[in-house]
Amino acid sequence: MSGASNKITDDELNALILRLGTLLPQLNHGRHGRASSSTTKILKETCSYIRRLQKEVDDLSKRLSKCLDSMDITSSDAEFLTNLLQQ
Amino acid sequence: MMNSPQQVKNPSSSLKSRFITRFLGALTKINAEHPISSSSPTRIFQRYRRIKVASNKSMAYSVRSRRIWSRAMLSRFRSRRSAFSVRRSSVKTTNCTTSPPSALIKVTINENKIAKGGLDMQTDELRELVPGGEAMDVCNLLGETAHYIKCLTTQVQVMRKIVDFYHLSK
Repeated sequence: MSGASNKITDDELNALILRLGTLLPQLNHGRHGRASSSTTKILKETCSYIRRLQKEVDDLSKRLSKCLDSMDITSSDAEFLTNLLQQ
Repeated sequence: MMNSPQQVKNPSSSLKSRFITRFLGALTKINAEHPISSSSPTRIFQRYRRIKVASNKSMAYSVRSRRIWSRAMLSRFRSRRSAFSVRRSSVKTTNCTTSPPSALIKVTINENKIAKGGLDMQTDELRELVPGGEAMDVCNLLGETAHYIKCLTTQVQVMRKIVDFYHLSK
């Protein structure tokens, strides 16, 4: 990754950040006109969104560990997989 | 929801199915190694930890080494076992996420703009959250973040369906 070829323009950066914004579920677009403030907001939202997702993985792992006893994965494999993959 | 057209044959669905296959395989293993009869709190806790690791590992392996974040995660798993959850829980460096862009510290990026200096500080928190984020340049960081988020949402989605399925079949 050479420094010379790494010339990121402001536009490119903004494009990347806006793209990030589209992934966030709770972002109000078009509230501020300034690029810098929405950048800040998007980055903050991104961080809290990632944290939320990681926490969900954590919580779901806990729930799975509890209901693992009743899980008979091998027998219900086929229909289960179909169900999962259907979305 | 933005649905950008993919040039390849929708890689996200194959990523998802790879993840599902791996994760279910891991769950089967965990189920086998920790027999159903032992449901002491310690056992359940151990199982929870192993499931979490399995979930993240399954996703990282499904992404393979195509991404910086997945490579970082995989190397972490190889060197230290349960360190990932430790790293994640120690993320509390919200030092200057709300400071104004005029607080220019050092601009190590090419363009000498105020927005860029502020961006450097604003991405600090993000770097802690995305695996391997510390060493990435801003461009990569943003791209990797987007992909990481997509993978996390897939993980959550699949895990939720598994939980729901087994709750219903009880």
